[in-house]
Amino acid sequence: MEIVVCIKQVPDTTEVKIDPVTNTLIRQGVPSIVNPFDKNALEAALQLKDKYGANVTVISMGPPQAKTALKECLSMGADKAVLISDRAFGGADTLATSNALAASIRKIGNVDMVFCGKQAIDGDTAQVGPETAEHLGIAQATYVSRIDIKGDTATVDRECEDGYEVIEVKLPVLISVIKAAAFEPRFPTVKGKMKANRAEIAVWSAADVKADEKKIGLAGSPTRVSKIFSPPRRVQGIIINEPTAKENVTVLLDKLAEAKIV
Amino acid sequence: MDFELTEDQQSIQQLAKEFAEQKLASTIAERDEKHIFDRSLVNEMGDVGFNGICFPETYGGAGGDYLSYILAVEELSKVDDGMGITLSVNVSLCAGPIMAYGTEEQKQKYLRPIAEGKHVGAFGLTEPNAGTDAASQQTVATLEGDHYVLNGSKIFITNGNEADTYVVFAMTDRAKKFRGISAFILEKGMPGFSFGKKESKMGGHTSITTELVFHDVKVPKENLLGKEGEGFKIAISTLDAGRIGVAAQALGIAEAAMAHAIKYSKERVQFGKSISSFQVIGFKIADMAIKIDAARFLVYRAACLKNAGKPFSKEAAMAKAYASDVAMEVTTEAVQVYGGYGYTTDYPVERLMRNAKITQIYEGTNEVQRMVIAGELLKDKKKITIV
Repeated sequence: MEIVVCIKQVPDTTEVKIDPVTNTLIRQGVPSIVNPFDKNALEAALQLKDKYGANVTVISMGPPQAKTALKECLSMGADKAVLISDRAFGGADTLATSNALAASIRKIGNVDMVFCGKQAIDGDTAQVGPETAEHLGIAQATYVSRIDIKGDTATVDRECEDGYEVIEVKLPVLISVIKAAAFEPRFPTVKGKMKANRAEIAVWSAADVKADEKKIGLAGSPTRVSKIFSPPRRVQGIIINEPTAKENVTVLLDKLAEAKIV
Repeated sequence: MDFELTEDQQSIQQLAKEFAEQKLASTIAERDEKHIFDRSLVNEMGDVGFNGICFPETYGGAGGDYLSYILAVEELSKVDDGMGITLSVNVSLCAGPIMAYGTEEQKQKYLRPIAEGKHVGAFGLTEPNAGTDAASQQTVATLEGDHYVLNGSKIFITNGNEADTYVVFAMTDRAKKFRGISAFILEKGMPGFSFGKKESKMGGHTSITTELVFHDVKVPKENLLGKEGEGFKIAISTLDAGRIGVAAQALGIAEAAMAHAIKYSKERVQFGKSISSFQVIGFKIADMAIKIDAARFLVYRAACLKNAGKPFSKEAAMAKAYASDVAMEVTTEAVQVYGGYGYTTDYPVERLMRNAKITQIYEGTNEVQRMVIAGELLKDKKKITIV
């Protein structure tokens, strides 16, 4: 089985602050990590590798320093890592990113499963995975917490707000993974770390993956970020739960009067 | 001279740091309080591959260097030095002599499972009446046909009843005194091999220390480690290496104590200021840092000498004596920085101070280390040069 895991190197958002003047992220001095949901995705892929045997390739679009994130994935047990890096990819929004990833997955060829985290903790869009599946013209299952494979069919649990759906999907498929207990990322090993230190990480340019230049980078990005800001903190709502409707209305009116709404 | 760690050394150091923070930190206070040796954590440590760092891949190891392994002991010891000494005993005291003196069969049978993290190892030299005076061994091994019969006991054995593999020393020829000592590899479960008293200790509660008892234990001839009569040499060279592990444990304890003292001194407010702003506290911290750095470089040098195959006995003794003295001094001062709170079990410096003490004692007391150092310096007139 040929598996590709898409990962993103992100700033450790537990340590990110927003510059109050410019309203941009202060990235200086903030450590970079593998997007935590992508680690769950890698774990899901590695479990399939342990169970059925598979070749797991980790790919990431990013600057040269993203090799550190790829090495971490190799130390967990991925077989191969590819960095998709080219100035032409710079300034990409989710659509342009997914185009670059889809082109790279096509170059790898004969891929049975593509894994990604449900979203990245910096952008939080959850768009790149589904878009990539669309470009590749393959099925997708999002927010997955369990995977079972029989032949060319995957049965997965797909988490929803009020429960989960069990769905069957034919391979090839793209699966986006949530932070499920079953996908708790494994601890890297000493041997894995040393192997990763010696691994050659292939770097693919836009030309290497035969990407359409109009569909990648800034040129291929229909969206623009006009402003980043810290939203005002939302005050927690309250539930009025008095014994009778009349009392509920009284309490509600008092509150509204207090807030000078009525 | 290059003070930079290699990429592998940095990776393993980071891995050990993450393991300690993610797997050991949340339970250390409880395991210390309840005297818990947690075999599942020891197994997890083995699965990550810390036991195998410095052994060749042909024996299940990672083929890394000795300093990488020492860095792992240091990092684990910052959080849980019981885990640090468990690792050190596995690697330096049990797998180490099998690697150095074992036959190919012994290495595959006994070294490999330790390097792969499946087995725990132990080292049995000390007896009630044979501590520093190791040549006063009372444990006896008698050759009877295709096996030796062992009788006697060993005390203060780290990893004691939890180990799977034991390197044990016994007299095969009492007339030859220390030249009559031989080393054997024992397995848990051999008939007649049992465990006596489990020690209740001042510190080191997360590691286990037990008595080993041998009553007519039949040990196959092929489990003799090295040659008959080589036991003393094996014991001494093994302890030389083990001391670097103890030194790394002490270093980790001292570093943790300083880190806690720095953090607390910034948080603790008296007279309207953090106590870190008082010079007397600042100077304590500075003294800790000076001593810790000096200890660190003694420890790393000893590890690098061993790795390079050069003599390291004196340097290991220096590293062990100095780092453990520093651990005692720094943890005591850290408790002082905390004041009354530091004396309570609510704060980690109390545990660190208790745990530091043993590093001045085991694998040769610091008095013995000074004998080793003085012996090296005074034995050979030709080596003396006056600058």
